[in-house]
Amino acid sequence: MKYQSFLIKYAEIGIKGKNRHIFEEALVRQIKHALKPCEGNFAVHRTYGRVFVECQSEYDYSEVTEALSRVFGISGICPIVETPVVPIEELRKAAADFMKEEYPDQKATFKVHARRLNKEYPVDSMSVNEELGEAVLMACPNLTVDVHKPEIMLHVEIREKIYIYSTIIPGPGGLPVGVGGKAMLLLSGGIDSPVAGYMIAKRGVKLDAVYFNAPPYTSERALQKVVDLASQVAAYTGPIWLHNINFTEIQLYIYEKCPHDELTIIMRRFMMRIAEKLARQSECLGLITGESIGQVASQTLTALGVTNEVCTLPVFRPLIGFDKEEIVKVSKKIGTFETSILPYEDCCTIFVAKHPVTKPRLDIIKRHEKNLDEKIDEMVERAIATDEIMIVSKDETRIVKERDGELQV
Amino acid sequence: MREAYLDNSATTRCFPEVVELMNKIYLEEYGNPSSMHHKGVEAEKHITEAKKTLAQILKVKEKNLIFTSCGTESDNIAIIGGALANMRRGRHLVTSMIEHPAVTESMKYLESQGFEVTYLPVDENGIVSPDLVEGAVRDDTILVSIMHTNNEIGAVEPIREIGKRINAKNPSAVFHVDAVQGFGKAQIYPKKWGVDMLSVSGHKIHAPKGVGLLYIADGIKVKNLIYGGGQQGGMRSGTENVAGIAAMGLAAKMLYQDFDASIDRLYGLREKFLDEIDDIPDLRVNGPAGRKCAPHIISLTVPGVRAEVLLHALEEKGVYVSSGSACATNRPHTSATLEAIRLPRAYLDNTIRISLSEMTAEEDMQQAAAALHELIPFLRKYTRQ
Repeated sequence: MKYQSFLIKYAEIGIKGKNRHIFEEALVRQIKHALKPCEGNFAVHRTYGRVFVECQSEYDYSEVTEALSRVFGISGICPIVETPVVPIEELRKAAADFMKEEYPDQKATFKVHARRLNKEYPVDSMSVNEELGEAVLMACPNLTVDVHKPEIMLHVEIREKIYIYSTIIPGPGGLPVGVGGKAMLLLSGGIDSPVAGYMIAKRGVKLDAVYFNAPPYTSERALQKVVDLASQVAAYTGPIWLHNINFTEIQLYIYEKCPHDELTIIMRRFMMRIAEKLARQSECLGLITGESIGQVASQTLTALGVTNEVCTLPVFRPLIGFDKEEIVKVSKKIGTFETSILPYEDCCTIFVAKHPVTKPRLDIIKRHEKNLDEKIDEMVERAIATDEIMIVSKDETRIVKERDGELQV
Repeated sequence: MREAYLDNSATTRCFPEVVELMNKIYLEEYGNPSSMHHKGVEAEKHITEAKKTLAQILKVKEKNLIFTSCGTESDNIAIIGGALANMRRGRHLVTSMIEHPAVTESMKYLESQGFEVTYLPVDENGIVSPDLVEGAVRDDTILVSIMHTNNEIGAVEPIREIGKRINAKNPSAVFHVDAVQGFGKAQIYPKKWGVDMLSVSGHKIHAPKGVGLLYIADGIKVKNLIYGGGQQGGMRSGTENVAGIAAMGLAAKMLYQDFDASIDRLYGLREKFLDEIDDIPDLRVNGPAGRKCAPHIISLTVPGVRAEVLLHALEEKGVYVSSGSACATNRPHTSATLEAIRLPRAYLDNTIRISLSEMTAEEDMQQAAAALHELIPFLRKYTRQ
């Protein structure tokens, strides 16, 4: 079947009152961006609470629907056949042809759902329903009518043109990226953080990300893994600015000066401090982590409290009440799981103690952090100076700042 | 920073002369050796010449050599093809516990197909005992596969003696030798030694990746695994990798010129390096000592330092080595070889491999020794507790 366009449904944006046009414009922008790599010419426009993707040339159906199904804000994608506004006799034929081609020889029940938004059309919706229902029944002997629970819903919208469709491909839902500001994701190589980023981005938030690497304890391949994860998330969110921070010096210093069972928690406090500095520099309004209560020693409520204490920006933890299984499920759905489980060591695990504290006390942690006073500030500055920045998109990664280099955009 | 590439058992840099020759073949003499016209003849000559060179080095007949895509393919054809062709006589195979995965995985495949495989242990230096081989060979044994030089610790196996014992016990058992690490570092004479099949790889001897060699002695039955245009006597269909084959021939020719002198030089580098790092406390060199070990492999256990960390730290100093065997990277694995020589469990993760080649200079070894002196005490300060 050749569909001339796609009707884009968006549940949530529809209810945003006076801000609605902001959301719709963002959605149109994101759709255009998602279609850019697809073969063909497309026009995206909005009319009367509807966004249409008009296909102006040959295109690859599965490529386009896959691209659209990754755009946050879309709740459904309906492939449409269009006709000009024609008399009911011709519309009968169009509807019958549509169903014949769409469901050849398929035994199923259907119902016609017509909407006459163009009141100049001489036949009212109820009558259109009846006329088209009859036409389809005559054309497709395998189809029967069920007005209560039809398996196929034939939608016919009479506007400045007539739109016919019966399929709704589910979209990811949420809000278009960009309407919710920007936040900094602490991205490790694990399963959780990419999912956390995805979930926040789904609420319309643009992502930046920071990765802490610790050569020689972590390898170049571990960094590549994180870049790959970022690019998989970027398939939904659009380009992500990824900051790669060299954390080795700080980590070794903490190792030397602080008790081992507190190493992870103190390390995480410094990661949060650095992430927050980067976040402020790049106008992010919050931090995002993949933490979930009780998953590891550093994610008990007590530990989370101690980690959180160093930040003034809000820290978003979308997975906080998720079980591992639930996180894995999303991770598989968005396509990051296979990469996440590649076995490269990340900086959180290299010196992890056999029995790390699970109930750290803030006053004791702070006292032990005092041991770091001599050098830690300059080390943090140095770490931030090592920042290597990459813009990671679905299909390419571009380094815009080398270690110790200038930003070049 | 100066680059000291000491991971030559993973792969080697091509000889410039080899690249030149390949360049000429790719750009000028690019014909398909099966073509009737001049371009085809021209290409075929390169194969003939490479075959001649390799046959001379191995002291075998040219018609007993086939070219493959890599050492792994050679091993697969030899073991799986050999087993399939001889399965009427029996279904038992013998190998060692320290073979390359190209051999052990082929064996495991055969086991899944109903064959029986005996895996022989080795001594603490990684040497396979000819007595054990003899004891393991039975009337229904169809194939024995023992490597020439172990890729992780450099142990050189007593191939000649093993060949004799197999022949004495069951003359119809086929003897295959994986010489991927040995070729180019030792004189190897399969025909003279009673070896029926021998695998060689191009990229370990300064030729490119993507070419391998398999020697098959007269009268040895092997089932081909690849079907197609019937090239190489039907043993290995597919248009020949002319440039790769020519490259392997030339590289081998270059390596086996002044052979004894270059092997002496490698042993010299090895000994000197070991002397230089002798004062680093608690080091352990695995594998046999002196000339019983291959000249180009140094397996070094550094207690208290994780191999991967040491590897990356050396990398920051321009020194490239490997942890365990490079063919199995990306998977943290415990090395079968290190386990087989009964290296204490705690050390399995503390072992790096430094491997040399004809292109290794004395400065490379000095750079590596200096880096180890500097890094080991530092890295030992920070350990997981």
